Amino acid sequence: MKGRVLVVDDDSALAEMLGIVLRGEGFEPFFVADGDKALAAFRETKPDLVLLDLMLPGRDGIDVCRQIRAESGIPIVMLTAKTDTVDVVVGLESGADDYVTKPFKPKELVARVRARLRRAEEPTPEQLTIGDLVIDVAGHSVKRDGRGIPLTPLEFDLLVALARKPWQVFTREVLLEQVWGYRHAADTRLVNVHVQRLRSKIEKDPERPEIVVTVRGVGYKAGPS
Amino acid sequence: MTDRADETPSGTATDGAGAVRGDVLSSTTRRRRGPSGLIGLVKRQLRRPTHRVTALYRRSIQLRVVAVSLLASIAVVLVLGVVVVAQVRTGLLDTKMDAARAQARIGFQVEQKKIDEARDQKLRGTADPTVDETGTWLLRQVNDLAGSGQTVYSVIAMAPGTGAVVPDTGGFAPRYSGDIQPSSIPDTLRAKLMSEPGQMFDQPTRIHRAPESSVKSEPGLALGMQFVGPAGNSYQMFYVFSFGQETDTLNLVTGTLATAGVFVVILMGGIAWVVVRQVVTPVRMAAGISERLADGHLEERMKVTGTDDIARLGESFNRMANALQAQIRQLEELSRVQRRFVSDVSHELRTPLTTVRMAADLIYDSREDLDPMAARSAELLQGQLDRFESLLADLLEISRFDAGAAILDAEPVDLREIVGRVVEAAEPLAEAKGSAVVIRGDGEPVLAEVDSRRIERILRNLVVNALEHGEGRDVVVRLGSADGAVAVGVRDYGIGLKPGEASRVFHRFWRADPSRVRTTGGTGLGLSIAVEDAHLHGGWLQAWGEPGGGSHFRLTLPRTRGGEISRAPFRLEPEDSRNNRGLGTYGMPYRRAISPVGSTAMAVAEEPTEAPDGGGAGFGFGSGLGGVLNIGPGLGRSRMPEGPRSDPSDVRTAGAGYGATGAQVMVDPTPGRPSVAQRTAEPDMTGGTDVEGSQRARDEQQD
Repeated sequence: MKGRVLVVDDDSALAEMLGIVLRGEGFEPFFVADGDKALAAFRETKPDLVLLDLMLPGRDGIDVCRQIRAESGIPIVMLTAKTDTVDVVVGLESGADDYVTKPFKPKELVARVRARLRRAEEPTPEQLTIGDLVIDVAGHSVKRDGRGIPLTPLEFDLLVALARKPWQVFTREVLLEQVWGYRHAADTRLVNVHVQRLRSKIEKDPERPEIVVTVRGVGYKAGPS
Repeated sequence: MTDRADETPSGTATDGAGAVRGDVLSSTTRRRRGPSGLIGLVKRQLRRPTHRVTALYRRSIQLRVVAVSLLASIAVVLVLGVVVVAQVRTGLLDTKMDAARAQARIGFQVEQKKIDEARDQKLRGTADPTVDETGTWLLRQVNDLAGSGQTVYSVIAMAPGTGAVVPDTGGFAPRYSGDIQPSSIPDTLRAKLMSEPGQMFDQPTRIHRAPESSVKSEPGLALGMQFVGPAGNSYQMFYVFSFGQETDTLNLVTGTLATAGVFVVILMGGIAWVVVRQVVTPVRMAAGISERLADGHLEERMKVTGTDDIARLGESFNRMANALQAQIRQLEELSRVQRRFVSDVSHELRTPLTTVRMAADLIYDSREDLDPMAARSAELLQGQLDRFESLLADLLEISRFDAGAAILDAEPVDLREIVGRVVEAAEPLAEAKGSAVVIRGDGEPVLAEVDSRRIERILRNLVVNALEHGEGRDVVVRLGSADGAVAVGVRDYGIGLKPGEASRVFHRFWRADPSRVRTTGGTGLGLSIAVEDAHLHGGWLQAWGEPGGGSHFRLTLPRTRGGEISRAPFRLEPEDSRNNRGLGTYGMPYRRAISPVGSTAMAVAEEPTEAPDGGGAGFGFGSGLGGVLNIGPGLGRSRMPEGPRSDPSDVRTAGAGYGATGAQVMVDPTPGRPSVAQRTAEPDMTGGTDVEGSQRARDEQQD
């Protein structure tokens, strides 16, 4: 698999190093150093994944993330030096699928990138229903009353994971493993933020969710069909 | 994500415990209160209002000033009143008395003259025939004398003698003018007249009048003299002057004075109240505002009006508050800038570090293709980068605490799970060190509302430290809970801590022994962060240690978030400390033997062990672990034949605790070990130091 990765980072040394590592792992990297030019570069290169530094000159990473997300559902992985809850949550809420904290090891980064690109390699024709939603797994579409709801691949994966086993309550750790590909329990904030983003798209009333239901003290499960 | 359903049971449990404790308390109080207690209670009840008044008196300057000025003005008014009344009395009564005496003297002279005249006439034979009828004579005399001053005085004539005036006892009945009663004359005056006839006497008296008169009784002055009448018999003549009017005037004056006095006293009190209020109000305001300032409301100021002394006080106060505020603001700003700088530096370092890290990883992965020197360099680079990274992470964490940006993400957790994870993670290190980590608890869940990430970090730190400094001996992790608090203790039997070090271990970048080789490359910030984590929970992290006897770190946390810790579930100084076992601080009481694991032998030779109450085996760290702690009495006896107290029970004490995992513990009779006497003489040699982790104040300064 020759994934195209757009690296948005103002630090030229880090960008070059990222390029070396990504090339070494068989990816095809493209670079842009300025937040203002990131969207143009994104349209031009049509990457499979975006590596986005949160602290950028010009437009900051959060804005870039929103812009890209407004156009496309492709995976976005944030690079952040800040580990405080607020910074991470803001980044995730702006549309990032996952994040890596600086300083990271090359293997860690590659694992995250691969986990985000791994999907779409298993086109099993499958039709799922959850609540009043119909999910076409192979066609990567979610429909309510015949009308499609646009979801990012990550949100789609999250919904499919829940819909496949509607009888099971998923803990956040299990979801991290199944959807994000973390082998060790990591940051459960990822799950919380993405469940909220998913709900805002698929629930009729996100305040009173019926499709992705919280099980207090345990995690989440699919609502009754 | 705090779960409400999980919260409730733990809350109820705490409440229940509290209720039980309350019962116990009240029952003890009830028992103590006997009959004497009841009297005491009554006394106390009686004393209470007085206490309250005294307390108020002590506290309120206003009350005190008003009370003092009231007392002073009462005294002044009283003295003034007494003086004035005395003056008026003198002025009024004395004049009247002098006038009365003059009048009486003239009257009596006239009387004497008449008597003499009558006697002369009687001798010459020209006398009125009635002159010998004493009654008629007297009546005439009385009428003559009284005639000139009907309204001012009355006149009484009566026979000498005392007692009730009975008509005709001495030959004639009393004669008197107007409606005055003879009983108005006091007996003492009559007696005096009798003893010295021809002399005038006077005496204050009460005047009695006839029942039909308007004034029944009034004060007056009686003046009298005894005469020998023309008939030769003695009789007494009295002038009685009424002082009723004067007394009325005096009463009026006294009453007026008293009324005025009462008003003056009340007025003085009121004035004092108002005046003191003028001074006290600003003082109270200043006190209140100082408190608000102390509470951190730095913008509070006093209201200043006018330019008097009080206003000056207010101005000075406000100037002081301004200065304080400026100082504090400046310090806050400095510390904010400094913290911000640390945080920024940490963040800024991360980007280049990431590049370096990735480059180093790349080089490290291809080190087989490099020449040996470069390959070794790559390895060193890799190792130091790890260390640098963790140092940076710790620095950032500390700066987050300093900035007050650390957030507690607490939820109910069973601490056993965290301890289990930590011990499991420390397994490789333990193996490398040749130690075993043993978890001790009573098998009950140790539930508490904690931030598991932080607690895990604390415990990881403590366990790794214990293994690092444990000299290959076992490490015991102990769990306990009591009284709304949970605790985890990490005990090692390694190099321990020197006196005074127990507090310093929590200092940033402090190292027990700079010369020691560190294998895990700690950052020197681990325990500082651990203390901050503990304080964030409202908990304690404390250290105890003795040189060569190992150390004990105890983390105590409130069971519920924001709860208070009254006491820790177990003591900081372990039961198996040298001090508790009565061993010398610098002795070498145990050593890990190489014999097969599973049986423990221990003994104390030569030195008698001073058993702490209850002996040691029952509660030590080592008890109850699969019967590891086998104490052979025979062995113990054989090893200490000439000990003064060579009882196996002494050995138990000595053995408590460090047989935890079957580590063999022996005592070698070192000749140089200090004797009991030496130990008593050197109390400072005791290594057990018990100091709380770090200044709590630092936490509280953060807003």
